[in-house]
Amino acid sequence: MSKLGLITKGFLKENPTFVLVLGMCPTLATTTSAMNGLEMGLATMFVLILSNIVISLISPVVPDKVHIPVYIVVIATFVTLLQLIMQAYTPDAYETLGLFIPLIVVNCIVLGRAEAFASKNSVGDSALDGIGIGLGFTVTLTIIGIVREILGSGSVFGWKFIPGDGILAFVMAPGAFLVLGYLMVLFNKLAKR
Amino acid sequence: MAAKSNLKNMVLSLTLVCLVCSGLLGVVYSLTAEPIRKAEEAKVNASIARVLPEGTGAPELESTVVDGITYSYYTVPGAGYAVISTVGGFGGPLSLMVGIGADGKVVNTVVLSHSETPGLGAKCTTDEPFIEQFQGWDPAVKRLAVLKDGGDVDAITASTITSRAYAKAIENAVKVYSKLMENE
Amino acid sequence: MEILLIIVSAIFVNNIVLAQFLGVCPFMGVSNKLSTATGMSGAVCFVITLATVVTYLINQYFLVPLGLTFLQTIAFILVIAALVQMVEIVLKKISPSLYQALGIFLPLITTNCAVLGVAINVVTKEFTFGDAAHMLNLGEAAVYALATSLGYGLAMILFAGLREQLSRNNVPEAFKGLPIAFITVGIMAMAFLGFSGIV
Repeated sequence: MSKLGLITKGFLKENPTFVLVLGMCPTLATTTSAMNGLEMGLATMFVLILSNIVISLISPVVPDKVHIPVYIVVIATFVTLLQLIMQAYTPDAYETLGLFIPLIVVNCIVLGRAEAFASKNSVGDSALDGIGIGLGFTVTLTIIGIVREILGSGSVFGWKFIPGDGILAFVMAPGAFLVLGYLMVLFNKLAKR
Repeated sequence: MAAKSNLKNMVLSLTLVCLVCSGLLGVVYSLTAEPIRKAEEAKVNASIARVLPEGTGAPELESTVVDGITYSYYTVPGAGYAVISTVGGFGGPLSLMVGIGADGKVVNTVVLSHSETPGLGAKCTTDEPFIEQFQGWDPAVKRLAVLKDGGDVDAITASTITSRAYAKAIENAVKVYSKLMENE
Repeated sequence: MEILLIIVSAIFVNNIVLAQFLGVCPFMGVSNKLSTATGMSGAVCFVITLATVVTYLINQYFLVPLGLTFLQTIAFILVIAALVQMVEIVLKKISPSLYQALGIFLPLITTNCAVLGVAINVVTKEFTFGDAAHMLNLGEAAVYALATSLGYGLAMILFAGLREQLSRNNVPEAFKGLPIAFITVGIMAMAFLGFSGIV
């Protein structure tokens, strides 16, 4: 796959949410607004790129039987790094995303890419893979966030353009599942063309 | 592709990875400890400034026990006390900071954290008339309970439980204040 | 009385999947057959309860006293990974058929955000079960973990039943598979919303 292909595959061909169906939990929980979705996507991309690079570097020397725990420790390290940095410098985002920052450790996207790609490819390609899948995830989360925010609060990125309350169900639990389901249908229809 | 999976290699690689990672995190932790502390302090000070705008000096954190529950509060020189009061709301704990002036009246309140329903109970952070009714509230004259319960608090429409919890949190803060006044 | 509040709250009011969004991936993946759903629920229940107790103890007697709370994420996930390995070994011996049926989903319990999520929640959040907000003690944490995983099982078994029904019906092509499943869960979540405010 070309270098450009690596970066753009995350949007359609290997879209982590609609095609690979990975990372569902943060997708549902953090897309209550466009901003939250964007922040979560970027946070995940940060961990994804760094862990892909490191795992690509060390996989030749890690014995096969312990590779899963080793990869997990590497990923957990970057997640903790992210936690500390966010707590210190972006405390508001840290509070909004809350529990889902440490949960990036068990986001199947990160471990999945480590296993499927980073452990078998060069450092450069692994970094690009991280960027590609990360961008796809970020864009998807932001789109879902935009839809839920418009329907649920009548605003987008905090700019309110529909006065009054929205359909609150969309910023709550049911809305997350419903929007994801319907967007999946839309994506499938568009991708099939 | 990978190194041989004998016991020595496995233990070695796992231990090495854990040591390096813990070491790296230890370094980053000590580097970020100060900014984290500052960010949290800024947040607390911002809340105190909202509930007791007349404060002049640095707030001092202390705690006391009322009815078996430990409360944290800040002594704000020149203004009064900022008490942190947490009660069970509709969807989870509702945590308020209540600023009580030297005259025993509530100066202002601010929500520190909540799990209330968006668009309903969550309005306790944005509904201006609801919040403003507590500014200057004199607990000696008005009762801290919702109108439904015979009190003087005008609840948020369709969010009686959240409003009840809010009022109760303030009532608890007033109790703490009374205890502090007793001890002086 | 307080124990009852913890249980009702964890199973219905704050259902781990339908309200807290934890454990969704395996929830969608294992629920197309009732039998695997039941088996998976049991395994998850065991892991969540045991993992919460162990991580709670490690946090209280090791991480906090030594000021190492920043190692929480790493320590917790390693404990969970080890526990899942143990469960795999034990299950292989006790019930090889269940072990086969669960297949890949057993090691995947390690990456089930519900397990790590509950473990972290218990040591970081304050709870108000009928009285003032407080951090859970070991007993309350264990009950909470057990009840939470029962809620997970309940949701999964209900959902598996619904999905088996769905597979016998005429679903439009674009909706087949995951989309209709998500829409169904959304409606389930709406139903469970009705429990809020009970405790």
